[in-house]
Amino acid sequence: MKSIHKFIIPVIAIVAGFLFFQSCSKQGTDEILIGEYASLTGSEATFGQSSHNGLVLAVEEINSKGGLLGKKIKLVTEDNQGKPSETQTVVQKLINRDKVVAVIGEVASSRSKAGAPICQSSKIPMITPASTNPEVTSIGDYIFRVCFIDPFQATVMSKFALNSMKVKKVALLIDQKNAYSTGLADNFRKVFTEMGGEIVEEQKYSNGDKDFKAQLTAIKAKNPEAVFIPGYYTDVNLISIQAREIGLTVPLFGSDGWESEKLTEGKAKDALEGSFFSTHVSSDDPSPQIQGYIKKYREKYGKEPDAMSFLAYDAGMILFDAIKRAGDTSGEKIKNELAKTKDYQGVTGIITINEQRNAVKPAVVLEVKDGKFVYKETIAP
Amino acid sequence: MSEFIQQLINGLSLGSIYALIALGYTMVYGILKFINFAHGEVFMLGAFFGYYLARAFGVAEPSITMALVILLLTMAGTAITGMIIEKLAYKPLRNSSKLTVLITAIGVSLFLQYTGQLIFGADPKSFPTIIENTSFNILGATIGTNQIVVLVSAVLLMYLLRLIVFKTKKGIAIRAVSNNMTAASLMGININNIISFTFAIGSSLAGAAGILYSINYPSIDPLMGLLPGLKAFIAAVLGGIGNFPGAVVGGVLIGLVETFTVGYLSPTYRDAIAFAILILILLVKPTGLFGKKDIEKV
Repeated sequence: MKSIHKFIIPVIAIVAGFLFFQSCSKQGTDEILIGEYASLTGSEATFGQSSHNGLVLAVEEINSKGGLLGKKIKLVTEDNQGKPSETQTVVQKLINRDKVVAVIGEVASSRSKAGAPICQSSKIPMITPASTNPEVTSIGDYIFRVCFIDPFQATVMSKFALNSMKVKKVALLIDQKNAYSTGLADNFRKVFTEMGGEIVEEQKYSNGDKDFKAQLTAIKAKNPEAVFIPGYYTDVNLISIQAREIGLTVPLFGSDGWESEKLTEGKAKDALEGSFFSTHVSSDDPSPQIQGYIKKYREKYGKEPDAMSFLAYDAGMILFDAIKRAGDTSGEKIKNELAKTKDYQGVTGIITINEQRNAVKPAVVLEVKDGKFVYKETIAP
Repeated sequence: MSEFIQQLINGLSLGSIYALIALGYTMVYGILKFINFAHGEVFMLGAFFGYYLARAFGVAEPSITMALVILLLTMAGTAITGMIIEKLAYKPLRNSSKLTVLITAIGVSLFLQYTGQLIFGADPKSFPTIIENTSFNILGATIGTNQIVVLVSAVLLMYLLRLIVFKTKKGIAIRAVSNNMTAASLMGININNIISFTFAIGSSLAGAAGILYSINYPSIDPLMGLLPGLKAFIAAVLGGIGNFPGAVVGGVLIGLVETFTVGYLSPTYRDAIAFAILILILLVKPTGLFGKKDIEKV
């Protein structure tokens, strides 16, 4: 008898739990639900946290102006813990259980590529704020982005290396598990050598590695003038420290995956001094859109925004704009209006969605100075 | 040539950390004949103890004394943790089958990983600088203070362990228990105390390894113990599990092989090569490099 009780009680608890959540997920009809998936935890947690903060600002702003189509916007956020497998689960949940009308996410290209096919097959529009890998939007006509793509970013950094850093012999250190990193490296290799540069060494690592000394030693042996690291900030932080430790003192440069306040944490503050990376927007830009956004962000969160939050804010805003023009929340109508987005004045610049559903925008190069990111130059498409 | 020496230094400092962790596996195996899979998590806890201690002390100016204090406190902390784990999870199962204890160990490991995510947070934390880093040149290769600290502390700790095991009364008791638990108990040795003591020593070594690892690779997260734990386990098997010098040699070998694989072949094989070694050693010489039937177990 006792063992039966042991068995029955958990079963009742589980059933009760299901019923409870079922009743919770019933939604009011005076709200438009927007889904967001982001890496709020995990190794690139600041990507998710920043983009979430930016998106929340956009939602609050539209709601304070009376919402859309007479309804309030409600944001449903899911944490994918920075894992592609978890991403598929949470995107399924957003679409099938929460019944969101559109989805915003992710920063990392690998995770956007995991979420996009589900949005595409469910005919739910998805906008990625900051995934730069070209393949993300080629998944289907429901997938959009508000940032530039990697072939352009690679051109920017090739030009910058040759013209501003004056380096010709460059080594690559690539995150082999990461679509963003490998894609960017492929483009950089092609463009940089076409422009007359030389790749003297290529080494690979896997996102999450702690020991990079073997790769860096091999790079050091080839005497490059600079090292291009298209990776994410957590890894770059450790790489820079270990590079200096083994005596590799040449400049490091990279891409928008570096953009995080955690990039220069600890010893990396000194190790990365004088390094460069390309990104979407600079806080030093005096334009009223950017300074206005920074002020709003500071008031709400008490810290400085990074590029991911700017982009997520814009992603939210062009989505709301499209819903307003569509006058309806059906996926197909929103998608059609998103594709027509033209000359929209966002905080990150003027956004026009092209035929490949990408935004065409200039890139900025920032320099790491005393742990802060200082504007260096703008490179137009 | 200088590249080779540099890789050698990289490999040695990684390998000596593996060796420290491997000693804990080997000690527990020697005495209880089971693999304590939660050992990698004790290593992780060591790193986090160090992180919070360093923040509590406020290491504005890193110094050797400070580092030493943090190291010793962490070792004490993980030693206590190790004893608690043994008391709560393994002691009640002392007379159960080895498989039960093994599965419990995996459970403890997962418990610590995910409780760690809950308490410490899942995102990686930057380990504070507790030792000022200066670099020296040796034959064209660069060796940093922290690599020297890792190598020196690892060797000192291993020597200390050797003293404890071979020169003290407790050490003799440990060897006696590992040789024959029943006979040792009949000779008046308190088995529970000795097992507890073994866990304390092994866990304090893992804690020290956690600190040394974080000095070298200053990014820590609750899942960081998994791979180094497995590598150290392979190192212990490679050297002959239960064998004390074997664990050290195994650890250093795995560190070197890994570094050279990444440096000269491809980082893709970094983890594969360690497990390939495990499979190979189990096929060719299951007792490990130093494992013999009559060898004294620690």
